[in-house]
Amino acid sequence: MDYISNTAAEKNKMLKEIGIKEIKDLFQMIPEAVSADDELNIESGISEMELMRKAQAQAAKNKSLDQQISFLGAGAYDHYVPGIIDALISRSEFYTAYTPYQAELSQGTLEAIYEYQSMICDLTGMGIANASMLDGGSAAAEAVTMAARITRNSRVILPDTINPAYREVIKTYGAGVDLDFVDLETEDQFIDPTQLKENLDDQTAVVVLQYPNFYGSIEKMEEISKMVKNNKKTLLLVIANPVLLGVLKAPADFGADIVVGEAQNLGSGLNYGGPYLGFMACKDDRRMLRQLPGRIVGKTTDVDGKEGFVLTLQTREQHIRREKATSNICTNEALNALMATIYLSTMGKAGLKEVGEQSYHKAHYLADKLDQLAGYQVLNKENFFNEFVLKTEKDSTELIKELLADDIIAGYDLKEAGSEGILVCVTEKRSKAEMDKLVEKLEVL
Amino acid sequence: MEEKLIKDYSSPGRRGYSLPPLEVGKSDINENLAGYLREEIELPEVSEVDVVRHYTALSEMNYGVDSGIYPLGSCTMKYNPKRNERVARISGLSNIHPYQPIEQLQGSLEILYQLKLDLAEISAMDEITLQPASGAHGEFTSLLIVKKYFEDREENRTKVIVPDSAHGTNPASAAMAGFDVVEIASNERGMVDLDALAEALDENTAALMLTNPNTLGIFEEDILKITEMVHEVGGLVYYDGANMNAIMGYAKPGLMDFDLMHFNLHKTFSTPHGGGGPGSGPVGVKDFLAPYLPKPVLKKDQEKYFWDYQRPKSIGKVHSFYGNYGVMLRAWAYIKTVGGKGLKETTENAVLNANYLKARLKKDFELPYAEESLHEFVLSGSRQKEEGASTLNIAKRLLDYDQYAPTIYFPLVVKEAMMIEPTETENIGTLDHFVETMLTISREIKEDPELVINAPHTTTVRKLDETAAARNPDLHW
Repeated sequence: MDYISNTAAEKNKMLKEIGIKEIKDLFQMIPEAVSADDELNIESGISEMELMRKAQAQAAKNKSLDQQISFLGAGAYDHYVPGIIDALISRSEFYTAYTPYQAELSQGTLEAIYEYQSMICDLTGMGIANASMLDGGSAAAEAVTMAARITRNSRVILPDTINPAYREVIKTYGAGVDLDFVDLETEDQFIDPTQLKENLDDQTAVVVLQYPNFYGSIEKMEEISKMVKNNKKTLLLVIANPVLLGVLKAPADFGADIVVGEAQNLGSGLNYGGPYLGFMACKDDRRMLRQLPGRIVGKTTDVDGKEGFVLTLQTREQHIRREKATSNICTNEALNALMATIYLSTMGKAGLKEVGEQSYHKAHYLADKLDQLAGYQVLNKENFFNEFVLKTEKDSTELIKELLADDIIAGYDLKEAGSEGILVCVTEKRSKAEMDKLVEKLEVL
Repeated sequence: MEEKLIKDYSSPGRRGYSLPPLEVGKSDINENLAGYLREEIELPEVSEVDVVRHYTALSEMNYGVDSGIYPLGSCTMKYNPKRNERVARISGLSNIHPYQPIEQLQGSLEILYQLKLDLAEISAMDEITLQPASGAHGEFTSLLIVKKYFEDREENRTKVIVPDSAHGTNPASAAMAGFDVVEIASNERGMVDLDALAEALDENTAALMLTNPNTLGIFEEDILKITEMVHEVGGLVYYDGANMNAIMGYAKPGLMDFDLMHFNLHKTFSTPHGGGGPGSGPVGVKDFLAPYLPKPVLKKDQEKYFWDYQRPKSIGKVHSFYGNYGVMLRAWAYIKTVGGKGLKETTENAVLNANYLKARLKKDFELPYAEESLHEFVLSGSRQKEEGASTLNIAKRLLDYDQYAPTIYFPLVVKEAMMIEPTETENIGTLDHFVETMLTISREIKEDPELVINAPHTTTVRKLDETAAARNPDLHW
């Protein structure tokens, strides 16, 4: 099955109009040495029925989260995705459109992005948000390089309480423009402000904080922020979990200069790590705005004075500034941004708060139960939100493996991140019965 | 505006969500998180019906491939098959967490592995990473690979050469990877000027970035000479895969002696653009560059698929997880559906459609390069400009006829450029309709230029003031 709708007769008519005999003549300029001699060595095409059968067979080889209880988080969160999102983003005027180059025929996409930017500003407390970044890690990385450009410094303080995958992405991007990284090693997965202070100097471009941090704990934001602010030129970059910002104070309240994060948890689902949604916001400051990567939508008026939306401030971007652009980003995650916008509209101020609170209470319920078990200990018991570190006497890898047989994924094995214990995540989707099952099973293991 | 903002539907206390009751006791959040709780968040308070009606209204102010022809040059706006969407929504394939044990994900990993093999076959590259999430992300990844490769060889090469007809992402990606960008001019036939290339090449050259066919739709006939020249000074040659739809089954970047490249699954392999994203930009490399690929790399060990993190020379990670998996599922479904023979026919029809359009339009619009072209071509609106209406005006007038405009003012080497790529999924009927519309507009410019200059007239908003938008930014409510 192909998707070519010209018939043989039509093709002949077209060849005639072009003035050639056969289609092959159109490719005569391609030298023989570079052409593929034979057909591509790829199986013949199949019908939709066969495709669906094949795809279902592949799905059957997986064990999805429909078939087990998962306490996995560590950067990808299993929050409930309301049905309204898929129904609306399946409107093909949204999902089959390109980047809104012709604004007058793309007002739907543009207005939705404006709403998205507004909601990201509400969540983060920041003055400016862009139209999206490729994912949380790359958003963090581009925010770090942005901070280096603004401050004209290259020293970056990167505590080990930041998601290790993000740390890797940040360092990969940093290698391109020769940034220096200070790996702040913490004890008990919590930044010690005094230690941070010792590392701050006048060459420091940016301090990166995660809120809550990779281990689910809330750092001493106020104290750390003051310290960073005292170091005049240094910027504070906060990587925030947006779904929790319905309950938690906005990063702006702690003096963040740039806020980024992964907004997959606002309606995009899990999808094995992508497509996800990087968000990026900064202070309403011209100096910052000039260095902000990515597309931005602005409100304006048309020739009749009617309000409408356009892509704006494009002189920062690659198609105009080429090698002097703030970033190479072109394609972003627009459809995921639409999902987040619909999610935030649907949940509203009460719903987002309730999702956060339920996740919090459930996580604390589970943590309390687990902490009471002999051989288990919850680290940082008080100041976590909905993700926590479970220290185990037994080997964490073995424990996780044994529980798989009971259809439970106990969490993320912190050995993978060079640490110890199990990182357990609880969202509003986990029921009491599911949590009790985990406790029961651990009790007898 | 035609449709008010979602927040303007708000009514205090109105709700559009429901959650099950909390079945566990409450822990003292106020005490535990004192000083970290916010008072209130300003989000809309609307009902589910409000949300549905609002976003339906917004969708009606949009235009997608499903609405009609979308001839954006270099964007390959082909039809997005519905069965691909269905595959990507199979719960057993989509409701999976990136940190589940690989034993639970063999079905998905096998799909990704098959996609890798097919991309390698199409391109004659040896190893593939699916991690980059867009074309530009793939370019950046590739240039980091180039950088790491030379660092490993203890060669200090600082220069990346980019033709003046290249996409803006090329120089931007090179700069992000820390290279100095040297632009070279095209010759009068729209191809790489070999003398200019020879002059730019030296022992400092890390790479040449090239699209072939280039953004004019023209195949670089001296391609083997070009890659040889770069290799002679020890540099690498990078292939920008934006235009792969022009050569599938007819030429392979690997056979043109390119060392590495990126693909755009959202162009060549039919995945939807989503109003700007998500995309997916896999990178293919020749064997000698495989050690530098981002980690992890998908491998197969007897019958088990796994992620290989033991990559000491890897550039690191460019994405938090494995890239845009949901997009890969769609591309896999597309390749399975169309098959090897179908991919070649896809290219044939993309090229046939473009050449048919060119043949019909070149009488009324200036064709700056007479050279034979493949899947896209560039016209100049300079004749119409003299008659009073610019390429921008023509683009806006097309919208009145409910058709999307071509890419305009790009490539930069053509004045008043209109870059047109119809793709293989349009048929002669839609192409003829597009031609008739363009000819009508050309006639209108002669008879009533104001009509075109003041376009669009029928869209939900008319020409928008971009200067005011940039001068006084209003970026949120």
